[in-house]
Amino acid sequence: MKLTGAQIVIESLLKEKVDVVFGLPGGAIIDVYDMLYDSPIRHILVRHEQGAVHMADGYARATGKVGVAMVTSGPGATNTVTGIATAYMDSIPLVVITGQVPTKLIGNDAFQEVDIVGITRPCTKHNYLVKDVNELARIIKEAFHIARTGRPGPVLIDLPKDIQQTKADFVYPDEVKLPGYKPTYHANLRQIKKAAQLLARAKRPVIYAGGGVIYSQGASEELTKMAESFYLPVTNTLMGLGSFPGNHPLWLGMLGMHGTYTANMAISCCDVMLAVGARFDDRVTGKLDEFAPEAKIIHIDIDPSSISKNVRVDVPIVGDCYDALKKLFKALQNTEENIDWKEKHHEWLTQIEEWSREHALAYEQPPDGPIKPQFVVEKLYELTGGEAIVATEVGQNQMWAAQYYKFKRPRTLLTSGGLGTMGYGFPAAIGAQVAFPNKLVLDIAGDGSIQMNIQELATAVGNRLPVKVAILNNGYLGMVRQWQQLFYHRRYSQTSLEYSPDFVKVAEAYGAVGLRATKPQEVEDVIKKALSINAPVFMDFIIEPEENVYPMVPAGAPITKMLLGGTVLV
Amino acid sequence: MRHTLSLLVENQPGVLSRVTGLFSGRGFNIESLCVAETIDPQVSRITLVTRGDEQIIEQIKKQLNKLINVIKVVDLSEIESVEREMALIKIKATAEHRAEILRMVDIFRGKVVDVSPLYYTIEITGDAKKLEAFIELMKNFSIKEIARTGTVALPRSKKTELRRN
Ligand SMILES: Cc1cc2nc3c(=O)[nH]c(=O)nc-3n(C[C@H](O)[C@H](O)[C@H](O)COP(=O)(O)OP(=O)(O)OC[C@H]3O[C@@H](n4cnc5c(N)ncnc54)[C@H](O)[C@@H]3O)c2cc1C
Ligand SMILES: Cc1ncc(C[n+]2csc(CCOP(=O)(O)OP(=O)(O)O)c2C)c(N)n1
Repeated sequence: MKLTGAQIVIESLLKEKVDVVFGLPGGAIIDVYDMLYDSPIRHILVRHEQGAVHMADGYARATGKVGVAMVTSGPGATNTVTGIATAYMDSIPLVVITGQVPTKLIGNDAFQEVDIVGITRPCTKHNYLVKDVNELARIIKEAFHIARTGRPGPVLIDLPKDIQQTKADFVYPDEVKLPGYKPTYHANLRQIKKAAQLLARAKRPVIYAGGGVIYSQGASEELTKMAESFYLPVTNTLMGLGSFPGNHPLWLGMLGMHGTYTANMAISCCDVMLAVGARFDDRVTGKLDEFAPEAKIIHIDIDPSSISKNVRVDVPIVGDCYDALKKLFKALQNTEENIDWKEKHHEWLTQIEEWSREHALAYEQPPDGPIKPQFVVEKLYELTGGEAIVATEVGQNQMWAAQYYKFKRPRTLLTSGGLGTMGYGFPAAIGAQVAFPNKLVLDIAGDGSIQMNIQELATAVGNRLPVKVAILNNGYLGMVRQWQQLFYHRRYSQTSLEYSPDFVKVAEAYGAVGLRATKPQEVEDVIKKALSINAPVFMDFIIEPEENVYPMVPAGAPITKMLLGGTVLV
Repeated sequence: MRHTLSLLVENQPGVLSRVTGLFSGRGFNIESLCVAETIDPQVSRITLVTRGDEQIIEQIKKQLNKLINVIKVVDLSEIESVEREMALIKIKATAEHRAEILRMVDIFRGKVVDVSPLYYTIEITGDAKKLEAFIELMKNFSIKEIARTGTVALPRSKKTELRRN
């Protein structure tokens, strides 16, 4: 059957079981939009293309499926770049389709022409410029395959207008032929055995679990089973939150720059570290030469280039977290000696308990205000029963969300960790709400970040997506202000947001609901009210302007050198 | 340490910029780079010379392997291999120096490939060291222009033959 390129796009998306596309049309993609018009695929019209990519990303993180965004050439394409880079840094599977000027005009500085394949080469897992309509179906097939397999990531397809209009036979290939792309899923048993031997001899073991555990189907259950069976304490990276229950007695909290005292001490004093699906980011390791000085390190990762990149690893294991953890569990069960694991780790776990008692996460909420952001997040946790999907913006709001909302399950935290993109959270929350219309989806925001994609409120209202946004309004670009306070002699250069809009009125102007709390007593009521409304709501919490995130490891310092700041020691 | 990497890549537009973009984006250096088709027209070979400590070379190889269009990466510095480079050197050859130049060319098993009233163009092939030595000698005369191909290399043993899998 002969179809136009535009029809081939739609038919291929259907073959990939795509149920929703996020985007905004323009001249160079108008042919595909024309075919979309009477296709069963849902389209969410955004107000800015960055929003479309973050929505596709939020959809992908919440579901595990590939998120799809579609935009026009030139400015439409360049507007996707931040979204693509965000997904790339956090290994999120996306397919982004950009319109392009007709093949004959490419290279001519044609109207709305931009070399988006060149621009996105370093921030996509792979990208394509389609030059022949006969290759289109194969390219789409490959794009989805590459996006979702191995270490996931965004793939871009640049589609010239004439290709959309040219006809070709449509055959969707059954399989892909990529001689240079064969991800390793199965962990090598010899390496697993070495890892098991190390763990069997360990006195002070720690599991350091990252985003890879979230992305690997079933890995979180394996991780929990393993920790419980062998009494192994677990710490998570920001991206790993939710891969292990945040209310579990073996959980140490997040580690790293804003990690808990317990997690940072445990990782620094451990003798064997099992790193799974984590990439030793500098926000985690602090000063490299002083990171876990006594530890033998086992590292499970599907991407060989993550292993021994920053930190030398003793037992590298390339493979999928699920496969590797399952094999490791068996190997630990079958260790020669009959180990009483509880007894073996008793002393270590007692030490850990002591650290937790000495320096738990803490804050003080004075009854007459001002509102403390940690209090808001704790109330959100309490009143949602910890069952919400939580997106965050970037900055202090993100760290308070990470510290005080106890994530229990994978894919319940949507946050830009690697790129740290302000403006990510709100559209990501919208994307997740599209995937799960009946679940509660929150965005924990700062007053700075929310303004970076606030236009998507129209998308939320128009599509009846009842996302709840909690703005922790401190009147500052808070995280930067905190650095200025601590390391730049309180010289608040350009971090005060003196002229912010009235967020309640903004919400109302868009046809959403706006609520405000200025006193601690109002926090609970505002949250309860917001949760009772079946529409998008902005909750504007006027918080203590100069509250800081603690603990904090100054950039480049070893992670045992934590500033505990105003935290009340319990 | 200097490493010669031999890559088999899919012969597609943009592959070279993916490889060079990876090097510039990650701050690795490229000393020389040579690309051409193999017997299979769908596959090209890139011979690339780079420098770095063990950890950097390891990252370079892993990152290259991650590129979808890169089929295979072999580090020729780890196995026995043959390396060659060619240079064309245009040199001022006045009557008084011609004999001497020709003698040198002969010693280095080079060839004079073009002669004009004032200039010789010399072709010389060998490993990088031999080329350096020859160029050094030619500096005694007046070198007008040089074009070097960069290293090409193949492994010696059959086992490591770069076959498309
Ligand atoms: C303001 C700010 C502050 C921050 N502070 C902190 C902090 O205090 N602590 C902290 O931890 N982070 C912090 N971050 C986040 C930090 O920048 C990194 O994004 C994060 O630490 C990386 O998490 P990860 O190591 O789990 O890697 P991810 O980016 O989640 O990478 C996942 C790893 O798993 C691998 N993988 C993927 N799929 C699989 C699979 N199926 N099987 C096996 N492996 C797989 C990948 O190859 C990759 O190596 C902060 C970010 C911001 C913006
Ligand atoms: C797009 C973008 N620009 C700049 C930054 C640098 N930055 C990191 S945190 C931060 C402050 C964020 O302010 P706000 O959203 O109000 O959150 P708060 O830290 O106050 O909770 C800034 C500017 C960034 N991460 N992203």
